[in-house]
Amino acid sequence: MNPGYRKERIDRGIKVRSDDVFVLASMRDLLYVVLPRALVIILLLIFPAFQDILGSYWQNVMLSTMVIALLALSWDLLAGIGLVSLGQSLFFGMGGYLAGYLSFTFGWGPLYTLPVATVGGALLSTLTLYPILRLRGIYFGMITFAVPLLLSRVIEVTKILGGTEGMSSLPSFPNTGFELYLVMAVLFVTVYAYRMLVGTDYGLVFNAIRDNDRAVVAAGYDIQWYKAQGVFIAALPACFAGAFMTHHFQFVGMPAFALDYSILPLTSVVIGGVGTFFGAVLGSFVLVPLSELLREFGSLRVVVYSLMLLVFTIGLPEGIFRFVLRKYHQFERLVPMEEASNE
Amino acid sequence: MVANLLIYGLVNSVVLMLTALGFSLTFGLSGVANFAHGGLYLLAGFLAWIFINSFGLPAALGMILAVIVVGILGALIYRFILMPVRGIVLSEVISTFAVGVAILEFFRWKGFVTYDFSLPVLVQGSVKISGVSIDYQRLLIIAIGLALALLLWFFTHHTRIGLALRGMSQDEYTALSVGIESDWAGMLSLALGAGLAGVAAVVILPLGIISINMGYDVLLIALAVTVLGGLESTTGLVVGSFFVGYAMVITSTYLGPQWGEVVYLGAIVLVLAVKPSGLFGKSKELEERV
Amino acid sequence: MNNKTILQLVDLSKSFGAVKAVNGVSFELKRGEALGVIGPNGSGKSTLINLITGFVRPTSGKVIFKGRDITGIPPHKAVNLGIARSFQLARPFYNIPVYKNVVIPVYSPRARKHLGAKYGDRDEVAIHLLEDVGFERDSQVPYKNAGELPHGYLKRLELARCLALDPDLIILDELFSGMSMSEIASILPLLERIREEGKTLIMVEHRLSELFRVVDKTVVLNFGKKIAEGTPRQVMAVEEVTSAYLGSEVISNA
Ligand SMILES: Nc1ncnc2c1ncn2[C@@H]1O[C@H](COP(=O)(O)OP(=O)(O)O)[C@@H](O)[C@H]1O
Ligand SMILES: [Mg+2]
Repeated sequence: MNPGYRKERIDRGIKVRSDDVFVLASMRDLLYVVLPRALVIILLLIFPAFQDILGSYWQNVMLSTMVIALLALSWDLLAGIGLVSLGQSLFFGMGGYLAGYLSFTFGWGPLYTLPVATVGGALLSTLTLYPILRLRGIYFGMITFAVPLLLSRVIEVTKILGGTEGMSSLPSFPNTGFELYLVMAVLFVTVYAYRMLVGTDYGLVFNAIRDNDRAVVAAGYDIQWYKAQGVFIAALPACFAGAFMTHHFQFVGMPAFALDYSILPLTSVVIGGVGTFFGAVLGSFVLVPLSELLREFGSLRVVVYSLMLLVFTIGLPEGIFRFVLRKYHQFERLVPMEEASNE
Repeated sequence: MVANLLIYGLVNSVVLMLTALGFSLTFGLSGVANFAHGGLYLLAGFLAWIFINSFGLPAALGMILAVIVVGILGALIYRFILMPVRGIVLSEVISTFAVGVAILEFFRWKGFVTYDFSLPVLVQGSVKISGVSIDYQRLLIIAIGLALALLLWFFTHHTRIGLALRGMSQDEYTALSVGIESDWAGMLSLALGAGLAGVAAVVILPLGIISINMGYDVLLIALAVTVLGGLESTTGLVVGSFFVGYAMVITSTYLGPQWGEVVYLGAIVLVLAVKPSGLFGKSKELEERV
Repeated sequence: MNNKTILQLVDLSKSFGAVKAVNGVSFELKRGEALGVIGPNGSGKSTLINLITGFVRPTSGKVIFKGRDITGIPPHKAVNLGIARSFQLARPFYNIPVYKNVVIPVYSPRARKHLGAKYGDRDEVAIHLLEDVGFERDSQVPYKNAGELPHGYLKRLELARCLALDPDLIILDELFSGMSMSEIASILPLLERIREEGKTLIMVEHRLSELFRVVDKTVVLNFGKKIAEGTPRQVMAVEEVTSAYLGSEVISNA
């Protein structure tokens, strides 16, 4: 007799055993969980190997994508504390200028400037933002929006740090392959560390501050101090990104504080989905290549990503990542009736 | 020199106040920080230019039309963009910001970047006041600015509807009991705010050339002035404008014009850092320390 | 003031603009006592709590806790000295599971010092606390997001968050409001036990008959002023109280 077929969700085996936590019982379950992650990691890792096919243009696109992803991760962590940044370029510029300054003045190579500018830039950014951390609502957005613009104006009128000319002829990295792997490593570490962080009780406090800051105070936390720690942690990858690009371009100047470095990460997270970190990265990998394809249309591409920002904020607030994840869990396959009844 | 400073400081202050009026009104009435303010301002300017130069409308008519269109657009922004995300501050800020950037960059893409774009002044000529020559357009700005500020103050403090709207931004429940539907009020507040941005644009832009980046500056000026005065206070707005206005003129005169921007950006940062409720704000939220 | 006094308010006042929310209130509380604070809506009860816990800085007057002047200290420091409070409007961490809501205070500096729970144990400690306030351990409820809880549970969650801090003084702002009779009845033994542990309690309540089963002393506020103080029976005998307060309920319940 023909056994007939019925549909079954591919995550059924896992769902039946447990609701929230993965309980893996078979090779197939394992595959179901691991495959998507492994695929992404492998694809990323072998990317630089295709140098010759891709050419330096797409390598550079890949680099900017990952740099924006770092800024987006930083944005996502801040949002997890309830701090909405409209100026990721603040962190980017801080890291970039610090690296540039150290390199320009003392002749330091990237080996020294990268770590110093990452940590130092994050410290500087945190100190700058510290006074307003006690405020709620849109104040953080306002000040992050204004500070980068202020800094670039100040640099322009006082002619410090190279003024409008910036600082150039800075030492660079050995080659593009090295650059790709370096940024990729930092990207992996950041995603991993941030995911770990929000799983701990320490990270829980950040999310609690976002949900209800008064109740966190009522539990005896000095939330201004906690927010400062959060800002510092969030500033690290963003400052690294800035410092890295300084050496990549062998130049740092006022463009480091440009609006692009604020809008692109923000849009990436909104497209990818807030609060998962994977979403932030995914969003950058969608947005940045897309914006490269649109480059010939000039500022139309800014219009496009503003509109995407709008459409996703209103139409798909969960973002692509959660959406795809849900769909993936709902994938169905055909199972013969008999096999199903034996299960 | 002093008379010059005084008069041009006054003009500049009123320009700033007029620029910020719409932003401040929207925030005060509905609690929405309309980051599309700069975009709407410039949109009104370009629309007026198009009405006048492409459609051949008389200047005054074109300008009024532009203000009306932008006002309606404000209401539409509330209805179709803000309403679905109302209450989520993050989304409110992001979506209005996106609208503003989209408008500005659209015009940049369309090529509105040359020096051809300027609006006609409504009244020609100038007078001399204690040795300083000042044109009628600037006097008109002062008159309109002060009149609007007064009108606004009267509207929000002495009319039933204005008071109810203001009450609502603080406490939706009270407003509901007075019989104001919050979405209707939100649309009105955005429409008025956008309309005011339009008015500011059509009277201020004739002083110079319309440039895209001005849109971003307008948003920042609005932020600076309202933050300085305290986000929801009309008196604060006026004082904030005069503070920043004179500071800008003084630094420009003594240090050079490029310092103007540093002044208002610095004002935002400094005020937020030192006295975030502004000079006159009595924000309820800040009363309870967190 | 003797060494049994844990809390002393001296002429405490707070004005919001023209409104004198709290106006010259003084009283003393001994260690282990339970105080009820009653008064009509808007009489300044919540503001009084905010003043004691540092959430609002007083216009004038003093708050003395365990012999130390704590007037106007930041709220988190008040907690670390041993004052825990609940909020009138229960606002949990909506997007966080219920037991993790309690982990927040369990992980706090004060609780870590007092309970010494390590990472991992803290979830267990939190679940225990939830059980204490009447969450069923084996149900799914503690694992749901707090945003899905019904109102009565929110109030108990507030209480659990207070208890997690192992405080010396617990201040509860209208804990009973929004709870059913049976929910209140199930909470009363817990409040008894808290008192037996020697903790001091301040309760702001409108449900007088239930309140009077817990407290041994009552302060009555009206328009920010203290208009009476004493045992529930004494207070209810004062005519000003019965006229200021909602007469009907007093007559039917007390
Ligand atoms: N943060 C605040 N800002 C301004 N006024 C306030 C604030 N908190 C309370 N009030 C006012 O103080 C008075 C007392 O309020 P409250 O302490 O909440 O009373 P109760 O808790 O007894 O109902 C009310 O008139 C209220 O409007
Ligand atoms: Mg109260």
